[in-house]
Amino acid sequence: MLKTIAAAMLMSAAFVVTVHAQDGGKVTIVTSFSKDVTDPFKAGFEAANPGFTLDVQNKSTSSGVKYIDETKVNNQVDLFWASAPDAFDSLKSRELLAKFTPSVTGLPEKVGSYPVNDKDGYYFGFAASGYGIMSNDRYLEANDLPKPVEWSDLTKPEYHDHIAIAAPSRSGTTHLTIETILQGEGWDKGWATLKGIGGNLQQVTERSFGVPDAVNSGQTGIGIVIDFFAFSAQASGFPVSFAYPSVTTVVPANIGIVANAPNQAGAEAFVNYLLSEKGQAVLLEPAIRRLPINPALYEKAPEGFPNPFKDPRFQSMITFDSDVSKKRTDVVDTLYDQLISFQLDNIKGATKAIHEAEKAVAANEQAAARALLTEAHALIAAMPITAEEAASQQVRDAFTGGEEKTARQAELEQKWAAFASEKYAAAKAKAEEALALVD
Amino acid sequence: MALVQSIPIRRVSAKPGQIFAIALIALFLAIFLIIPAGTVIYTAFTEKGTGALTIVNFVDFFNTDLFRRSFFNSVYVSGMSVVWATAIALPLAVLTTRFDFRGSLIIQTLGFVPLIMPPFVGAVAMQLLFGRNGTVNLILNDWFGIRIPFMEGLNGVIFVQSLHYFPFILINLSTSLRNIDRSMEEAAQNLGSSGVRLFRRIVFPLAMPGYLAGASLVFVKVFDDLATPLLLNVKDMLAPQAYLRVTSVGLTDPMGYVISVILIAVSIFAMWLSAVAMRGKDYSTTQRGGGGLSRRKLSRGESVIAYGVVGLILLLVLSPHIGLLLLSLATVWSFSPLPDAYTVAHYGRVFGESSLYIKNTLIYASLAGLIDVVIGGAIAYLVLRTKVVGRRWLDWAATAALAIPGVVLGIGYLRTFYGITLPDGTPLATLWVMVVLALAIRRLPYALRACYAALQQVSESLEEAAENLGATKQRTIRRIVLPLMTGGLLAGFVTSFSTAAVELSATLMLIQSNSDAPIAYGLYVFMQSPAGRGPGAALGVIAVIMVALCTLLSHYVIERRQKALGVTK
Repeated sequence: MLKTIAAAMLMSAAFVVTVHAQDGGKVTIVTSFSKDVTDPFKAGFEAANPGFTLDVQNKSTSSGVKYIDETKVNNQVDLFWASAPDAFDSLKSRELLAKFTPSVTGLPEKVGSYPVNDKDGYYFGFAASGYGIMSNDRYLEANDLPKPVEWSDLTKPEYHDHIAIAAPSRSGTTHLTIETILQGEGWDKGWATLKGIGGNLQQVTERSFGVPDAVNSGQTGIGIVIDFFAFSAQASGFPVSFAYPSVTTVVPANIGIVANAPNQAGAEAFVNYLLSEKGQAVLLEPAIRRLPINPALYEKAPEGFPNPFKDPRFQSMITFDSDVSKKRTDVVDTLYDQLISFQLDNIKGATKAIHEAEKAVAANEQAAARALLTEAHALIAAMPITAEEAASQQVRDAFTGGEEKTARQAELEQKWAAFASEKYAAAKAKAEEALALVD
Repeated sequence: MALVQSIPIRRVSAKPGQIFAIALIALFLAIFLIIPAGTVIYTAFTEKGTGALTIVNFVDFFNTDLFRRSFFNSVYVSGMSVVWATAIALPLAVLTTRFDFRGSLIIQTLGFVPLIMPPFVGAVAMQLLFGRNGTVNLILNDWFGIRIPFMEGLNGVIFVQSLHYFPFILINLSTSLRNIDRSMEEAAQNLGSSGVRLFRRIVFPLAMPGYLAGASLVFVKVFDDLATPLLLNVKDMLAPQAYLRVTSVGLTDPMGYVISVILIAVSIFAMWLSAVAMRGKDYSTTQRGGGGLSRRKLSRGESVIAYGVVGLILLLVLSPHIGLLLLSLATVWSFSPLPDAYTVAHYGRVFGESSLYIKNTLIYASLAGLIDVVIGGAIAYLVLRTKVVGRRWLDWAATAALAIPGVVLGIGYLRTFYGITLPDGTPLATLWVMVVLALAIRRLPYALRACYAALQQVSESLEEAAENLGATKQRTIRRIVLPLMTGGLLAGFVTSFSTAAVELSATLMLIQSNSDAPIAYGLYVFMQSPAGRGPGAALGVIAVIMVALCTLLSHYVIERRQKALGVTK
């Protein structure tokens, strides 16, 4: 009797499976993109590929990666779809992605100077994103501020307490921005710029979207964001502007098929759709506004829409070396957290003191005071480790728990934080001394 | 009051039924809380890379300035939040239960609504009103050239947390106040006590179980809450530090889990402290308040002041929801005191999908609430009425759930239940039932505190009387204990239900398909893009109204019951 029931259950299960196979079935996608992005793609994909249904599971990039890792024993997910290339790297290195060759051909190999696809064919760029500065027009007007265009603009005194950024350890896109500045300006000069901006920050958010949200609502005036956040906000009617600084890079947002996908055929169909002209056209919708990877689409783009394949700005953008970036990802993120995010009050206090002293010294120039200010700037810019040390095996192993580590991550963090708070306090003292000299 | 204590109580050995109950609950907690959380938190005790057991991570914790600073900030913020939450809750609770006050029912419900703060949108709405360039500050700046930093630094966290969590005190204190027998108050009045003295010496002490239940919940909840500090970008507190480290992409950093262990330890310590504060005191009364405290009529002048105070408090605590409503109707709202223009289009956009979300939310939250009340009531009974070995551990284990970050529990569930497959090949972890269980575990401490307070107010002599008259233990529980605890049980259900309805962090890990998603998930999906802000807020408004209606209904039931009791008396 039991056997009969079991057999019947198996049969019906098999029946259900075959029925699914005939109509293509459910394609499960884990993504960090909002409903505004996924809905039009879902509609377009299901119309272009009758029989398939797209099931969208929305998770933040980091929990998406964790989710796929934790569920690999019995994977139910077909695709992973997100912006930050480092998340895909992380999945690929854990063998959680499957190789695939899309049927769409003729797409460019590089956007700006960044390769569009993973060189081993594990994930594919479907849209380009550049990083830059977004600002709220009403806020700037009310505070009588000019529109910033370069990273160095953001270190100026007038922008003190008006800028927001997402913590690079939390936002893959911000991490790339930081790394771009470090590669474009060099380790020491790059960090000096980053700390100059750091001293002017109003907030360090923990989600990428926290920054455009704060700028849109006018809680803060200026944000360091990925371009489409600004374009889609403009399309939704918010009074915001966006500028690409000259040191920046365009990198692709990606899609990859998860290893052991339950619906491999459906997953492949979606990747092909996404890269096809039809799928690429969806990117131009007002609520999405991302730069398509297919150059032909730019003819249909709205006026003023940047074209990374023709626009000279993008051609001069620097080369982004992803090998250099990969080696020091954890170190750079942790340094940013320990030197800026968690020291925000200290670095802001010191920066404000320097700004005030500089103003007074400019009105009453004295060599001794000027020298003190130079010292103060140097103290703020000082780094606890060099670029070579940051990429060294000893330091990297401290983060991975590898064999060559000379200290634990927690010990390094404490050392760097203590270094920073001491230097910031000293810088503040120097600036106050300079102010006392000229006052 | 103290008389009951001196009577030797006949509860020497544990009954088989009690042992069975304790084993069952222990099993439930082990499978759905301790094992899943343990598989994740275990990392705290291992060395990175090698995986060898070690306590060096805890040494690192105390050697790190940032963590020490975070620890003290968390304690300070939690303590101050209790103070401010009391300042908000006390007048509301006293005015609505002790005085003949029109609209008590509405006030009790509205006073409860702040607890239902949908994720993300609640934060955006608060910023739009109280942020540096929010409505209030833009107007202040326009008129007087000043800004008040409501939402900045630790004080900002205290401000938002007190507004958000004071309902814990309000609901538990009100229930306690209702349960006080009027004869106590009358006896004191006969002896010449009145006014503030009467309240301070008689009424408030009798309501102490409820107040402590609420206050300890506020303390622990604020201590463990990560959403509010993160929304205000305050990072040097413990819970946000744990979250930031647990959820970063890539490598596993043991410090995140070390902080989780510390959070759990502090939470249990705080609950233990509140239990110690109650030790040796007996708050039960043999008579149940017929109609609760005698309700005094307010004179005309007093009325004006009372309504003024209540109105002001309500306006303050409901401001996030007013902001939410405005946001859901706004076209563009940017750097201006009020939105540029209004529209109902956002509601149209979410209308189609919201019915599915609402259905799922109601099912999940009410099942979770029911599970919580049953288990919470059982634990409270076992701890307070029996001497079974290990009963206190149940209490502490359940309380520890408060301190486990939702994302840790979510990952734990995936690890524990994903390997187990159902006959059709789908993993157990993907069933929506797991979401319900995760929600129930996360909200169990709320219901547990409420049940605890309710039972503390029931005198054991009533049960003894019933048993002397020949009733069995089961019959006594059914006919005496449960009816007398109804108010507290309902309070527990409402708290669990309404907070589960807007929970996101554990849900986000466990939701497997859109058709299983609750409203909080729907909200999250919208709130990631500029164009989704309005629809997200619209969903938030729908969530708040839905939960508020359910709350109103249960308050109505409580009131009806109290009145019925009063009449029969």
